[in-house]
Amino acid sequence: MTDFTPFASLIGGALIGCAAVLLMAANGRIAGISGIVSALLPPAAREDCLPKVTFVAGLIISPILYQLATGETVVQTVSSNLVLMGAAGLLVGFGSVFGSGCTSGHGVCGVARLSWRSLAATLAFMAVAVVTVYVVRHVTGG
Amino acid sequence: MRAVASLLSGIIFGIGLIVSGMSNPAKVLNFLDFAGTWDPSLAFVMGGAVVVTFIGYRLAQTRARPAFAERFYMPSARDIDGPLLAGAASFGLGWGLGGYCPGPAVTALALHADGTLVFVSCMLIGMWGARAAKDRLGELAAGPAA
Repeated sequence: MTDFTPFASLIGGALIGCAAVLLMAANGRIAGISGIVSALLPPAAREDCLPKVTFVAGLIISPILYQLATGETVVQTVSSNLVLMGAAGLLVGFGSVFGSGCTSGHGVCGVARLSWRSLAATLAFMAVAVVTVYVVRHVTGG
Repeated sequence: MRAVASLLSGIIFGIGLIVSGMSNPAKVLNFLDFAGTWDPSLAFVMGGAVVVTFIGYRLAQTRARPAFAERFYMPSARDIDGPLLAGAASFGLGWGLGGYCPGPAVTALALHADGTLVFVSCMLIGMWGARAAKDRLGELAAGPAA
């Protein structure tokens, strides 16, 4: 069980939106995490690579800043089945780049641009994820 | 200045993921579990993010160009094609198995869960493979090399 947190989630979502708007207004770039991260993999283009590095660095230090600022620890439950997590990582990594975007690039920025392509991708990955969770939790009983 | 702006954007993005609860894979998996312990929070995250981005993008683009760059780099692809849907299907399968998508996984690295470290390592391999596959498909579509 996790608690339904409508207000915290709405505020957190609005912050994600602010981050996306800042990146567009300042640098003219879409805040698509898979696009930014994959562009840093070898062979990486040298031009304009630093802003991508600092964006990823910002993500990585954000829980540390959050804990320093609020004194609260970030609570999470991650599966300890490392084979499952490895397979999940491969599928997410491959799919996000092959499908040109993930939850941020298609789901937030693309839908906000009213792109049918991004809406189609978002509905497709949501539907597959819902079916996957249904099979794992209610059919195989994991 | 671009590097500073994107550092700030990354920090705000990560804190948004943490405040909204999306850095916790259990919360994401419960959103996807309509038949069980359903937690609708993710819909509120997406709603908040999309509304702010929709309004903010419109305001940002009333200016001729971004503050620190020559132009707005908007995606030009419009087609709902095979690679888009195949990629989305692979992504959805992995997202449903692990409860992580790229943003929350990278944000959670500093929390040091073993599952996160394995997920991100494999995610990078998957991204690298997909880029190689896309390049190869592009070469095939362009015809045999002279």
